[in-house]
Amino acid sequence: MSDGFVRFENIQKTYDGKSLVVKSLNLSIGRGEFLTMLGPSGSGKTTTLMMLAGFESATGGEIYLDGIKINNIPPHKRGLGMVFQNYALFPHMTIAENVAFPLKVRGVSKADAEDKVRKALDMVQMSGLQSRKPAQLSGGQQQRIALARALVFEPKLLLMDEPLGALDKQLREHMQYEIKHLHDRLGITVVYVTHDQSEALTMSDRIAVFDDGRIQQLATPDELYEKPENSFVAQFIGENNKLRGVVKEISNGRARVEIGGNTIIDALPIQAEIGKPTIVSVRPERVEIEPSASEVTASGRIEEIIYLGDHIRIRMTVLGSSNFVVKVRNRSGRRTFTAGEEVRIGWALQDCRALDV
Amino acid sequence: MKMLNGKWMLLGALGTLAVTTATAQAGQLTVISWGGAYTTSQVEAYQKPWMAKSGNTIVSADYNGGLAEVKAQVQSGNVTWDVVDVETSEGVSGCNDGLFEKIDASKLPKGDNGASPLDDFVPGAITDCAISTIAYANIFGYDSTKFAGDKPTKVADFFDLKKFPGKRGMKKEAKVNLEMALMADGVAAADVYKVLATKEGVDRAFKKLETIKGSIVWWEAGAQPPQLLASGEVTMTTAYNGRLFTPAVTENKPFVIVWDGQQQVFDTWAIPKGSKNKDLALDFIAFSTGTKPLADQARYIPYGPARKSSAPLVGKFKDDKTDMAPHMPTNPENMKNAIVQDVKFWADHYDELNERFVSWIGK
Amino acid sequence: MLSMTNIPDQKSLSRQLAVAERRNKIKAFVLVVPLLLFVLASFVLPIASLVWLGGYNDTFSKALPETTRLLQQWDAKSPISEELAASFVTELRAAKLKDAAVPTRVATVINREQAGSLSKIKQVLTASDMASPFKEHLIALNDEWAKPDIWHAMKIVAPSFTPRFYLQALDHRITADGTIVSETDDNAIQILLFSRTLMVAAIVTLLCAILGFPIAYIMAHAETKTSNMMLIVVLLPFWTSLLVRTTAWIALLQQNGVINDLLVRIGLIDNDHRLVMMYNMFATLVAMTHVLLPFMILPLFSVMKSIKGNLTRAALSLGATPWTAFWKVYFPQTIPGLGAGCLLVFILAVGYYITPALVGGQSGQLISNIIAFHMQKTLNWSLASAIGTLLLIGVLLLYWLYNRLVGIDKMKLA
Ligand SMILES: Nc1ncnc2c1ncn2[C@@H]1O[C@H](COP(=O)(O)OP(=O)(O)OP(=O)(O)O)[C@@H](O)[C@H]1O
Ligand SMILES: [Mg+2]
Repeated sequence: MSDGFVRFENIQKTYDGKSLVVKSLNLSIGRGEFLTMLGPSGSGKTTTLMMLAGFESATGGEIYLDGIKINNIPPHKRGLGMVFQNYALFPHMTIAENVAFPLKVRGVSKADAEDKVRKALDMVQMSGLQSRKPAQLSGGQQQRIALARALVFEPKLLLMDEPLGALDKQLREHMQYEIKHLHDRLGITVVYVTHDQSEALTMSDRIAVFDDGRIQQLATPDELYEKPENSFVAQFIGENNKLRGVVKEISNGRARVEIGGNTIIDALPIQAEIGKPTIVSVRPERVEIEPSASEVTASGRIEEIIYLGDHIRIRMTVLGSSNFVVKVRNRSGRRTFTAGEEVRIGWALQDCRALDV
Repeated sequence: MKMLNGKWMLLGALGTLAVTTATAQAGQLTVISWGGAYTTSQVEAYQKPWMAKSGNTIVSADYNGGLAEVKAQVQSGNVTWDVVDVETSEGVSGCNDGLFEKIDASKLPKGDNGASPLDDFVPGAITDCAISTIAYANIFGYDSTKFAGDKPTKVADFFDLKKFPGKRGMKKEAKVNLEMALMADGVAAADVYKVLATKEGVDRAFKKLETIKGSIVWWEAGAQPPQLLASGEVTMTTAYNGRLFTPAVTENKPFVIVWDGQQQVFDTWAIPKGSKNKDLALDFIAFSTGTKPLADQARYIPYGPARKSSAPLVGKFKDDKTDMAPHMPTNPENMKNAIVQDVKFWADHYDELNERFVSWIGK
Repeated sequence: MLSMTNIPDQKSLSRQLAVAERRNKIKAFVLVVPLLLFVLASFVLPIASLVWLGGYNDTFSKALPETTRLLQQWDAKSPISEELAASFVTELRAAKLKDAAVPTRVATVINREQAGSLSKIKQVLTASDMASPFKEHLIALNDEWAKPDIWHAMKIVAPSFTPRFYLQALDHRITADGTIVSETDDNAIQILLFSRTLMVAAIVTLLCAILGFPIAYIMAHAETKTSNMMLIVVLLPFWTSLLVRTTAWIALLQQNGVINDLLVRIGLIDNDHRLVMMYNMFATLVAMTHVLLPFMILPLFSVMKSIKGNLTRAALSLGATPWTAFWKVYFPQTIPGLGAGCLLVFILAVGYYITPALVGGQSGQLISNIIAFHMQKTLNWSLASAIGTLLLIGVLLLYWLYNRLVGIDKMKLA
């Protein structure tokens, strides 16, 4: 997939000349790929996107688009479509004028432009509102118009910075699918910024998890979830149980981790060194209670039971950690639990990863 | 003005409070004049001695001339000014408009030499509502460093741009300028107002003014002419004689006054109609137009006393070196070609001629 | 379990509502009463009296009612009747007994139409033997009374309601027989000054817009610290008095002023050819632009501050050149501020007169100078009011035009 349609090579950025907001970023995005930059606030996502769009200049490194270095090309010559968080529709223009704007500045003939505008509005299911002003539309409608405007001139690359951030949950989910379908249909390359992990998981081909100006992991959504490479990613994506311990031994692709002073359990050695502290991470839904045959087992006491309809969430104390969560599917004939009960729990070795502290 | 009102209202309120306790309360008078060295001379020569003698106090404030404020006060019935220094012509027109109290001049004190007041004041100094204090002169002056050879000596020289190049400062008003233009055009001093009363005379005056129109810098306040001369913006300017005297004598500025064609004007005291301190105001006016205060004023400013009996008492300037007599408009040497502004003429023709003047100046 | 409360029927409910609302309305009204009174006293009444004063002057008719009636009957052509002369003299002298200022005030009004009337009427007042036949006595006093001129003047000033001040404000005169003639060239000035004032105001507005726009732009897009600094600098002129500011310009622009000195020192101009930048239109425009600039910058600044920064970026990302992005996207958003600034500057400029009078020389003579002149010098408040009313109408017309073109609802002040 990485034929390198967009490439960041050793990109650095500082605003104040003191601290790096983006630290040596390397990233290659394939043609037609939907890549999401995901990360907490202030991690440098927008900055990276703005450098790609040309609104910020990189203070080090090179950016290539389709094989051409674009560091010194001004934004209006980069030919990228962009959708902003607050839509950035031009308030003094009608919807039709907004969508026609990129065509007009490109000198497209009036008839052609009208045709394209109609198609673009059809595409986002917004025909019929041409003569309204942006202020007369709802947030979701405005977002569709912004999308149509960014796509109407058929750009090579579409950039979106938290485009759904201002919408309510239901509408946001709906729009996620629509954007995803548009991407599938048009085959356009998309770089998408969000700090909503479920959004990232839903839409992306690959996700770049940002933290502190670095990409912590670049992977497909399932890989990111199943195989986090460090505890930040494990922590940031989905829910996670953490067991702190010290690596005693690594052999046969297993790390033996001592937890709570006397118990030793096995884990996959992802970022583990003998004699160093580690965090063993296990997803709550991968833990079995009263397992039949598990590679790793432990015992725990049930502290709290929360009924959530499709599943039951059990908080227990395991190996000295009182925040250990287990999710049990709510199927018929399942076992009942009571608080204070001592139970055995277990999980597969591949679900249990020894990561950095 | 606002400040003054506020202060006055407060004082008034305090005053009414005080009246209930003590009836023989010392009064307070609000006296309005033109500011600068002129007001200073009045404070020194009139106000301080009067306050010392009568035990009353004076609030002194400045204005820029004109009767608008007096009219506003009289019409609204809220008269806060007690004594105002106005030019005679304004004293007369204000009197016509009912803005000033009538003053019976025969009740003024006799001159120190025993002359009755009606004889002691020079002709034209007494009008129905306004009593003159001094006569000043509208003269023109020049910066002597600007002309290497001949110096201007005649009123016609003011209009001679070839011989005496440079800009001219003039007051933005019809009065004085029209008379000056006629005298420069050869009209004898005695005939100026006769000529100016005819349409042809007015045309002649404007025609003369037109010859230097492009070189005129107009001024409005008496403080401007010395500034215009000092900054070099003009080489010659009309002015009130005292305004050029002071910088020339105290700051050694190279200003020279040309007395030829001087026009004398009286400055007068008047009482706005409805003043709450009319009696006190009358007392102040009677005192300050006495022989000695008028003569004393010449210590501070070269304006001629309106009483004949004051003339012999005029001595030296406050520096105790400069003899004042040669700098007085009334000095015979300065009176060779002079007119006294005709108040009656201007009362009749002020509106008419100013209308034309304003129209001329705006074009 | 549900307790039944007394649910009132529809009618009494709406009555309750009405009572509650009335109470609120009264409360609200009482709260705005001071403001209403203030607006009435400081705005509506003065303007109403301005318009009124420009068209109503009863100085003559109130003092001489019978004479007024007789003058109205007179055809202005035939010789005046003994009856008119008698009524004039007796009413004038009777008025003097009541208030000595009244006849001279009347004379002043007549004198404005016919110069020289003042002294003649004063003669009548002081003459000892005024009895029948009055006409002959008048002529004996001064043969001017035989001419129709002074009687014509009286016929013109006699009516209380009169268009003559408004006509005069438009360079026209009404004659005794009621025809309207235009003012002689020697005296015509108002229309010239109206147009000069409008032109100066328009140029100053344009200059303020050209200078103010970039300044406001930089302020709106600078860091808070810098923009606060600039705001203080922009507001600085407000903290110095008008006269100080004007004097500063004189010191800068005059022939021996700072700028000329500087130009001579660096050899750009010859000492004998110093630039004339003072007491002309140039000085008027410079000084007025300086004084009024803040009124342009502040509304522009506040509007620019509220323009979302990503609009320009959006335009650029869509392929617009920086100029197109500015002109087609950014600039249209600033129009409410620009409109408000222009309107403010223009209206203020129309009323300015101290600054132009001090620095502008002859060209600094604007319509407001004339208003001030008649207010302060000639005390012809009726004429001043008439000119002021016409100026007000002109400004309202412009306001209306602005509303048609830009829309007043779009205006944003700082
Ligand atoms: N114009 C700027 N000047 C100075 N610092 C900036 C600027 N823009 C961003 N930063 C800083 O750079 C860092 C990264 O900001 P950036 O906007 O890229 O974060 P982000 O990942 O997009 O965060 P968010 O999810 O909140 O949008 C932050 O610490 C921010 O304070
Ligand atoms: Mg961001």
